[in-house]
Amino acid sequence: MTSATTTRTGSRHGALGTSAARPDGIPKVQGRFAFSSDAWAEHMLWGATLRSPHPHARIRSIDVSAALALPGVSRIITANDVPGKLTYGLIAADQPVFARDVVRYVGEPVAAVAADHPETARRALQLIMVDYEPLPALLTADAAIDPATPAIHPDGNVIRHQRIICGDQGVRGDVVVEGTYEIGMQDQAFLGLEAALALPDDDGAGVELYVATQWLHEDRKQIAACLGVPEERVRLTLGGVGGAFGGREDISLQVHCCLLALATGRPIKMQYGREESFLGHIHRHPASIWLRHHASRDGIIQRIEARLIFDGGAYASTSSAVLINGITHIQGPYRCPSATVDGWAVRTNNPPCGAMRGFGVVQACFAHESQMDKLAAALRLSPVDVRLRNAMRTGDTLITGQVIDSVAPVERCIRETAALPMPPDLASEPDPLDLPGGAGLTADRRHVKRGVGWGVSIKNLMYSEGFDDYATARCTVRDGVATLEFATAEVGQGFVVLAQQIARSVLGIDEVYLEPISTNIGSAGSTSASRQTWMSGGAVDGACRRVRDEILARVAARSGVDASRLRIDDLDIVDDLGTLRIPVREATADAVFSHTFEYHHRPTEELDENGQGNCHVAYAFVAHRAVVDVDVELGLVKVVQVATAQDVGKVLNPLAAIGQIEGGIAQGLGLAVMEEIILDNGRLRNPSFTDYLLPTALDAPAVVAAMIEEPEPLAPLAAKGIGEPPCISVTPAIVAAIRAATGAALPRVPVRPQDVVGV
Amino acid sequence: MTDSPEFFRLTVNGESRNVTDAWLGESLLYVLRERLGLPGTKGACEQGECGSCTVIMDGDAVCACLVMAADAVDATITTVEGLTPDAMLTDVQSSFLAAGGVQCGFCTPGLVVAVHHLLDVNPNPSENEIREAISGNICRCTGYGRIFEAVRMAREQRVTVRVRSPR
Repeated sequence: MTSATTTRTGSRHGALGTSAARPDGIPKVQGRFAFSSDAWAEHMLWGATLRSPHPHARIRSIDVSAALALPGVSRIITANDVPGKLTYGLIAADQPVFARDVVRYVGEPVAAVAADHPETARRALQLIMVDYEPLPALLTADAAIDPATPAIHPDGNVIRHQRIICGDQGVRGDVVVEGTYEIGMQDQAFLGLEAALALPDDDGAGVELYVATQWLHEDRKQIAACLGVPEERVRLTLGGVGGAFGGREDISLQVHCCLLALATGRPIKMQYGREESFLGHIHRHPASIWLRHHASRDGIIQRIEARLIFDGGAYASTSSAVLINGITHIQGPYRCPSATVDGWAVRTNNPPCGAMRGFGVVQACFAHESQMDKLAAALRLSPVDVRLRNAMRTGDTLITGQVIDSVAPVERCIRETAALPMPPDLASEPDPLDLPGGAGLTADRRHVKRGVGWGVSIKNLMYSEGFDDYATARCTVRDGVATLEFATAEVGQGFVVLAQQIARSVLGIDEVYLEPISTNIGSAGSTSASRQTWMSGGAVDGACRRVRDEILARVAARSGVDASRLRIDDLDIVDDLGTLRIPVREATADAVFSHTFEYHHRPTEELDENGQGNCHVAYAFVAHRAVVDVDVELGLVKVVQVATAQDVGKVLNPLAAIGQIEGGIAQGLGLAVMEEIILDNGRLRNPSFTDYLLPTALDAPAVVAAMIEEPEPLAPLAAKGIGEPPCISVTPAIVAAIRAATGAALPRVPVRPQDVVGV
Repeated sequence: MTDSPEFFRLTVNGESRNVTDAWLGESLLYVLRERLGLPGTKGACEQGECGSCTVIMDGDAVCACLVMAADAVDATITTVEGLTPDAMLTDVQSSFLAAGGVQCGFCTPGLVVAVHHLLDVNPNPSENEIREAISGNICRCTGYGRIFEAVRMAREQRVTVRVRSPR
């Protein structure tokens, strides 16, 4: 192949479609990349947070005098020191900055300390005397729904109730299967602990904050309200983010850190340890889901009935949106003409829950996929056949009345997954590391049985129910060099490289620089909901296209060729006759071109009282097939292989795409067989990496993946978000495989050894 | 803290460094990061479970969060910053980039150090030896697939280099 052929396909290295190198890659492998926990300032103090030991208690008094007397302690603040709004929250501002009269969960912030050393700050916390009067705690979601249960918050115990009623409510199927499914509380467990550095302005009326977050502008809005200062006096810059997965969408230490900075007039560094991180951020909602399917004799779903209850914990966070995702995805990627669905998100004295990768759909998917296997068994169909018979297509109407106008290659996802190779059989004398239990050397080869299971899912992309989560980007070209600016939180997913790829492809410029990610420019929305490739990608693409058009207009004016006949080819501007070829670098010499672009997705609607409405923007689909080995005597599980075909629209960066898929599968595996926050009377029993088990290199399955590339006409780059789908249906696929190996019912995740062996 | 105004010396990345004003309970991780200006070593669990703080100490890969700094005075310590001179990449670092083994990057320095240690003691590890060697380093982003690939790439390079080198 000649180089000319290569470049003319538009796939020069670094452009869209190539595995372009991340701009943060070299500093990250060298240890030079600055995470928020690496931020440092001259004369800075360390902040620390005092938290409630009770799930529900009245605060009688707080005495800080002994703590304040400790040498090295500069300042202690409580609810009385909050100058602005006393509460914050993403959807409803129902969470106190510091508890004043009552604490509602174990870990709720009560006070914060600034001191000269983190250990001094920790010792000071132990010296703060809080007199608590314990109150009866509301600890189950069922009790929270009961109107007779006393409210634990002025906003009441039901955060949101929503039903979906559609089709014929009287339909009874030839075949009816039902079950009640439970999903445990999962933690995002990002590696980079919460950390921030706040620098007070000289006049004490504003603050600069370096913080690891998912959405700078939303943080700024909430911080400014609590500080009682105008938003422009709070300037945020993204500190390097060590993973997020939904766990950085809510405020954690941001307000406390800024308050301490303004109270002391000194830079404040705050940094959680792992235990505090478990207490200080929201988790994936535990849920209980009853689901009944009615189907015809030939396996066609006719109606579903469902009841979903999400335990939101003490404060609302995003619970109301998680609920809507759960109920609107409970039909799965299957056609369903009639539905009766009731859903609740409730308040309890458990730790608050909110966003985590998959956002309500993970819970719904475990239920609907468990049901599909029950349906298959009842109909004597294979798990694949029952899913193919009901697979959703573009043009189908969802139970909300919304018509799927996204590309919907559900059948292809299933068929291409089925076509992926199966793993080799377990050897008769395997390396012990290949057995369930691995290095523990506990499994006996004779007791190991293999199982195969399936999971398929649908996931909404972007925010829903009327929310305009737009994204902003600026492109500036000067002397053949492009600079991009956006507030899109880079949390590890690789938007920074995608933005460069877009600019290279649109502009014909290889050298693309990125401004710091900050509130200097308009909002990009949150790095969540699989939305940044679509939304911020759309904004960068729009800004670059406007700059390109202006460059082409300049060339047109100079050359006399009509601008409509000019285009970018590799690094040059050419006309459609092949007579003109000017390097972009030359065409942009001695000039500056700059445009800012806001990308908005199409509007959506709130659901009506019957759960009807075009509430979501677009959808993506994925199928998973899991192969597991189970020691049926010990209940130990090894996930051998996961095969997946994912509806991605278009692959923009192959290495980044496979990285999202493999990473999501590992998190779904975690929920399937090991990850759960265990609560005891509202207390976390395992807030550490010793006791909260995460998948290690020895737990990682072989992954075989196929990308389904059907360009999405609704998307600015033809690509769908790919972050969430990988972690959704892999969990039920793994559990189905364990069921196939053992015959155990397994109605809850994570599956524990005792569930497998039935003790 | 004022518990100890004394200082001690640590040998880090080939240099003898004074540690002043340290409180004697400080971990090697804290001293490297906060007192010696070497923030490449990361902390994420404080109990030796995640491997983010992996450093080489007298030839062993250890979790710096579990080592008391004052106890490391006679040891030779290598951190991620000491693997190669500034602006250079080791074979392992290049492989992590080429294989797509870096996402958020928080686990990366610890993993890079752990893989260096692995290949230094076992230049041609099997798949399971790779998995076992890095099973103490938790990565939450990648699911490990690209990291395995990075180790394989580095392994192949070292095997090739060894085959080509005259004895």
